[in-house]
Amino acid sequence: MDASLPALVVVVPMLAAILTALAGRWWRRHAWPVALLATAFAAAGSLRILWRAVHEGVVLYRMGGWPVPTGIPYRIDLLNGIVLAMVACVSFLSVLWMRESVKREIRQAGQASYYAVVLLFTTGFLGITITGDVFNLYVFLEIASITSYVLVAMGRRREGLFAGYQYLILGSIGATFVLIGIGHLYMATGSLAMTDIAARLSGALVDHPSVVHTSFAFITVGLAIKMALFPLHSWQPGAYTYAPSSASLLMAATATKVAAYAFYRFAFTVFGTHYVTARLPQVMDGIMVMAAAAMVVGPLFAVRQDNLKRMLAYSSVGQIGYVVLGAALVNASAMTGSIAHFWNHAASKGALFAVVGIVVLRSGSPHIDNLRGLGRRAPWTAAAMTVAALSLVGVPLTGGFVTKYYLALGTLETGRGVLLAFILLSSLLTAVYMWRCLQRVWFADPDLEPAVTREAPWTMRVATLTFGAACLVFGVFAWIPVDIASAAARALLGEN
Amino acid sequence: MLEFLLSHYNYAIYIALMMIGLYAILARGNLVKKIIGLNILQTAVFLFYISIGKVDRGTVPVIWPAGERPPGFENVPYENPLPHVLMLTAIVVGVSVTAVALALIVRIKAAYGTVEEDEILEADELRDREGDA
Repeated sequence: MDASLPALVVVVPMLAAILTALAGRWWRRHAWPVALLATAFAAAGSLRILWRAVHEGVVLYRMGGWPVPTGIPYRIDLLNGIVLAMVACVSFLSVLWMRESVKREIRQAGQASYYAVVLLFTTGFLGITITGDVFNLYVFLEIASITSYVLVAMGRRREGLFAGYQYLILGSIGATFVLIGIGHLYMATGSLAMTDIAARLSGALVDHPSVVHTSFAFITVGLAIKMALFPLHSWQPGAYTYAPSSASLLMAATATKVAAYAFYRFAFTVFGTHYVTARLPQVMDGIMVMAAAAMVVGPLFAVRQDNLKRMLAYSSVGQIGYVVLGAALVNASAMTGSIAHFWNHAASKGALFAVVGIVVLRSGSPHIDNLRGLGRRAPWTAAAMTVAALSLVGVPLTGGFVTKYYLALGTLETGRGVLLAFILLSSLLTAVYMWRCLQRVWFADPDLEPAVTREAPWTMRVATLTFGAACLVFGVFAWIPVDIASAAARALLGEN
Repeated sequence: MLEFLLSHYNYAIYIALMMIGLYAILARGNLVKKIIGLNILQTAVFLFYISIGKVDRGTVPVIWPAGERPPGFENVPYENPLPHVLMLTAIVVGVSVTAVALALIVRIKAAYGTVEEDEILEADELRDREGDA
């Protein structure tokens, strides 16, 4: 069991998806428990795999027992161990959270299929994270993408259909670019296994340097669309705004960050740190500029939004900048901050979207004014929101502070202190739009009748509070994520 | 240069198809035509992968027992079958994306009464303005 856990973590949600889709026609009520069990298994399994990666360094699983360049390996080191645990735990909490929301927002006949799509979505992102084969990564990327399009389009409003279509067009262009990049990589090296490509790349760079450069360009642009890196983010606000609340929660907490992980994997494992720093320093500088711009532009748009979902979507545009900045700086400290942000952002954005989903469930609309008086009628929900908002801003003793501290260290170590101004400005703007929310939550006019009149159902409350608590845990016991993240960063950069 | 282009004409076609596909996606306002553009883009990628699997004077990659290869084929290299296998997967992916896209278009047509991008955006804007009023 333990040896084949990497395969089971991916296979169990996939089989559960088929089960819910087939059995769901007759036993609609069983779709949620099946999805919950499958994602609980994935969460427990991925934590166990992360534990093994921390102690053993690398966990390798060969599909069908084939040796590495021939067969498909699942290879988990600290970096994807972190992301794997993040995706699986967020999926579990989201599924726990979504029961009441799905009952309300998805028409009855579609509910079982909805859970099947959610499970396939999870399968896709777990697969992208765990695999050590570039073409396998592309296939999982498409599974994850197609299910995302469907999730976005399953909202009640007709705008969701068009948002899903626009996401489909841009997402498919992105995925096709990744596919072209992988083709050039195969053309140059003759291999698809990540470690094998890395070993053959120096030879390929001598023989066909332009093929390798083309490959890197296509993969980078393709993944930048997938991670909604400014200025390629245009699909994201519409998709997150009109998707059902449960899909927004799941996607915002996982989807773009997994694409960012894929960029880390390609840039530092497949192409290698030496390639990106010695051969293409200008490209990394360009990505740094895009990340820095995203950090400011995202919150700048978020400040003006009255629709909470759209506000948080623009906030995600900014937050992905923090994740990418560490990669662009190619510095151990900055990368530690960025890798820790995989968890920190999942926790804070998960909590915030969970709260917004509760507001939608209880009041029917994600308008910012519906937060008024939330602190009086639903104190637990409001508390989770407050902690998550503080973490997003980067207040000490929350996870967000840890990220920004290490990123700031990294900018100083690489002599790019000007980026500090971007981090500060971004935090300030984040504080502005989060304050707009918290002010309504805690300091609304007591004469106004609150839009949310009672606390959320227990499933939602447990999940939301867990997200909120995670923001605090990653801030107070910061050494847990930081130790793993810094070991992952140093391993990626080849330092010890 | 010309000789290089002529001997690599399949790559030239791949690039041309890719550009036609991208142009159709970006320039066309009709949702169905955009999907046709997407399909052309994907087909370009298939052609690219099949091209890199080509081996000079290569033959069908069926492995014969040692010493039993048909006369005339004893020392002929095999084509690389791997890119073809990869493209089988990519074709399936392409079909799935097209299926989802067409299903979405059917529902968009039902909800908006049109499949033209500008008319849909107009309808959304109109509704937003009415919602504010």
